[in-house]
Amino acid sequence: MVSPSTMKAVRESGAVPNAEYVLEVEDVRKEFPGVLALDNVQFKLRRGTVHALMGENGAGKSTLMKIIAGIYTPDSGTFKLRGVDIRLKSPLDALENGIAMIHQELNLMGPMTVAENIWIRREPKNSWGLINHGEMRLRTEELFKRLNIDIDPMVEVRMLSVANRQMVEIAKAVSFNSDVLIMDEPTSALTEKEVTHLFQIIRVLKAEGKGIIYITHKMSELFEIADEVSVFRDGKYITTKLSSQVTRDEIIRMMVGRDITQMFPKETVPIGKVKLSVKGLTLDGVFKDVSFDVREGEILGIAGLVGSGRSNIAETLFGVTPASSGTIEIDGKLIAIKSPGQAMANGLAFLTEDRKDTGCFLLLDIQDNTQMAVLQNRYVSYGFVQQKQLSKDSSIMAQTLRVRTPDMQEPIMNLSGGNQQKVLIARWLLTKPRILILDEPTRGIDVGAKAEIHRLVSQLAGQGVAVIMISSEMPEVLGMSDRIMVVHEGRVTGLLDRKDANQVKIMELASH
Amino acid sequence: MTDVQQEPGKSLTGLTKVRRLPPEVSILLVLFGIILVFEVLGWLIIGQSFIANKQRISIIVLQVAVTGIIAIGVTQVIITAGVDLSSGSMVGFIAMVAASLAQVSTNERAVYLSQGWVDLNPLWAIAVGLLLGAFLGMINGFIIAKTKIPPFIATLGMMVSARGLAKWYTLGQPVALLTDSFSWFGHSFPVMGFPVPRPVIVFLIVAVIFHVMLTYTRYGKFTYAIGANPQAARVSGINISNHLIKVYTIAGLLSGLAAVMTAARAESAQPGMGVGYELDAIASCVIGGTSLGGGVGRITGTFIGTIILGVVTSGFTFLQVGAYYQEIVKGIIIIAAVVIDQYRQNRRRKTS
Ligand SMILES: Nc1ncnc2c1ncn2[C@@H]1O[C@H](COP(=O)(O)OP(=O)(O)OP(=O)(O)O)[C@@H](O)[C@H]1O
Ligand SMILES: [Mg+2]
Repeated sequence: MVSPSTMKAVRESGAVPNAEYVLEVEDVRKEFPGVLALDNVQFKLRRGTVHALMGENGAGKSTLMKIIAGIYTPDSGTFKLRGVDIRLKSPLDALENGIAMIHQELNLMGPMTVAENIWIRREPKNSWGLINHGEMRLRTEELFKRLNIDIDPMVEVRMLSVANRQMVEIAKAVSFNSDVLIMDEPTSALTEKEVTHLFQIIRVLKAEGKGIIYITHKMSELFEIADEVSVFRDGKYITTKLSSQVTRDEIIRMMVGRDITQMFPKETVPIGKVKLSVKGLTLDGVFKDVSFDVREGEILGIAGLVGSGRSNIAETLFGVTPASSGTIEIDGKLIAIKSPGQAMANGLAFLTEDRKDTGCFLLLDIQDNTQMAVLQNRYVSYGFVQQKQLSKDSSIMAQTLRVRTPDMQEPIMNLSGGNQQKVLIARWLLTKPRILILDEPTRGIDVGAKAEIHRLVSQLAGQGVAVIMISSEMPEVLGMSDRIMVVHEGRVTGLLDRKDANQVKIMELASH
Repeated sequence: MTDVQQEPGKSLTGLTKVRRLPPEVSILLVLFGIILVFEVLGWLIIGQSFIANKQRISIIVLQVAVTGIIAIGVTQVIITAGVDLSSGSMVGFIAMVAASLAQVSTNERAVYLSQGWVDLNPLWAIAVGLLLGAFLGMINGFIIAKTKIPPFIATLGMMVSARGLAKWYTLGQPVALLTDSFSWFGHSFPVMGFPVPRPVIVFLIVAVIFHVMLTYTRYGKFTYAIGANPQAARVSGINISNHLIKVYTIAGLLSGLAAVMTAARAESAQPGMGVGYELDAIASCVIGGTSLGGGVGRITGTFIGTIILGVVTSGFTFLQVGAYYQEIVKGIIIIAAVVIDQYRQNRRRKTS
């Protein structure tokens, strides 16, 4: 076994052995309290290929990637980089040996500029040893030009949309010029347009001979970009196949261990009277003159590109950023929504798009995370939380949504990304809303659970709940919505009926 | 939706349940360790037992009772990711005000509230003390919630101003000769031969109440939520401004209570009372596992943290270490306790 520093030196000298596999791991085992996250798994990455890693939420995908990237230490396992045995002990070791990772959750520092975020710890210095901001900016511009990214390097990251932040993360990972690039659900925050863009980038990297590990829950992406696919289930390695030689159903069966009969289990339910009516809603500088109705039992999909104002409209409806002008009527009554509390009192619920920033209480346990919203209105008597009943109902909800966890006292931080998302959905379903706003509800959620969530949403609609669903996933919008509202640059550019809607029409309206 | 059917020992998803130790365990071990060290040193250096001494235990608990009451209020403030620097000064000011309402009527007063000839019922002094504390705390909360300035700054301002008020109140004069019925609250009473100071009883009651509040009430849940992720808390419908005002008001109320206890115990008040209490209180919280980053902390931890501070102080006196050295080492111990605790917690998280 060689040490990481020797390997680094060899790599830098350019005298790298050219093995068929850039990366081989075998017999990797990792146990967390109560969870055997990886049970002697293996994974091999060929150079110049994209290798997709598939599996249900909590299957151990991110854990394996974090081990490869030097973040977790495995309990056991062997590790070969370009055919050479090596043990990486830290993320720095991994980076210096040509392994870069784009994490499932965004990891940028909001108050710092895009350029600062990308070059952190590698800032170009001037002859005084101080950071050379001009040079840093140039390098960023160069990088962005190469990747065809259109973001101002000097803007603070917190001003960027989630999708643009994701693009910055991608650029940052690419900037390391590594041999192995790990992408953990890079597209969960992107719309079709950016996904296409990302795929272009990936093809270039592939042609340069790099190995790319690509984790996703979106089947279509798999067939579009991946050469090989490995499937994990419950911490176990199942198989590796050429993506040209498997079908989507085969993969799903291997992932889930059963068949999933119906992907978008939309029920046709009677559509009732108008529940929510929005007229001329405007938030200065963000969106303008938005008007629409949602009826009881109806699912209104909202489509649009990133930055079109989709999420802003939802935030305003929920009182997070109160409107500058316009009216909101519920059940025909004019109401003012100036805070989320007021919105909830009027029967609204709002699943936000960014689970790390506005969703999870990462320090708290699953139970607290599930119950925090419902405590506003229910399960409290004389200030005391009726924990017994609430815990029971929360558990049922968590189980319905298939949250994979040892128990409800587990810190939510320890859950896999998709499982965190399920907890947040549970939080809002528990409030028994009459109007449910979902912003990217199935982000990071596996196929099985996705179908389950769609079924639940359909069921709620059947009970007369009015649903507004924002989604970047075209099949989801098309499959679930009764009507689709398309937003472009802060304006509603079209409202399509289910039967008239298709991908092409939506894309046209979304980009004008 | 189906009924939940759980095998014993198995979880929702068939994963094995995790046995979790309460987070206080490690800090409790630190406490025992410190006591053990003093015990050993005691026998080695002066040939006495440290712990087998009723008098000393009584002194330790009395010492910690007042800062302990403050620390409980500060714990909930720190859980919201805030801090309260004003509690020590509030103790000074409120002690003065409360004491002035508890003076013996036949003597010349430092402050004339010219009702004249009767001793006021001590409950007046106590009620005014508590309300004044709550009021000052509310000002803290209001400023923090409405102007969004950092709690550090807001309460720093209050710290300076309240100390000024304490001096202004009597133009620097102490307030002495308090009624027996008021001082009664600061005295001890014997329990099985142990002299138990009443402030200690108050401390215990307050600790229990706040443990329950933080663990079992909506107030408590929202307090953690705000500290853990204010944005998510807001989207979950929590009115953060209102809640913060409540939290700081309650912290102020407890400072008021601590002030009354201090005055009753000293049977007098002077403007310099309570200097440095805020730091002892914050130290107790942090030693007890409350994270200054917010979202983490428990009253049980603070309770143990308070006792650690008390034990350290009286341990040094017991070993006849000079006052200067005491302070030097106390600082080191505060840091060491937190470091040990964090180390243990990290290791537990990684290995098991
Ligand atoms: N730090 C941790 N402490 C305890 N358990 C953990 C930790 N990290 C992951 N786990 C558990 O290990 C299992 C695998 O998690 P992992 O994040 O690898 O899943 P994943 O395949 O990436 O899922 P997803 O598709 O939802 O992202 C999960 O059950 C998770 O709860
Ligand atoms: Mg993951």
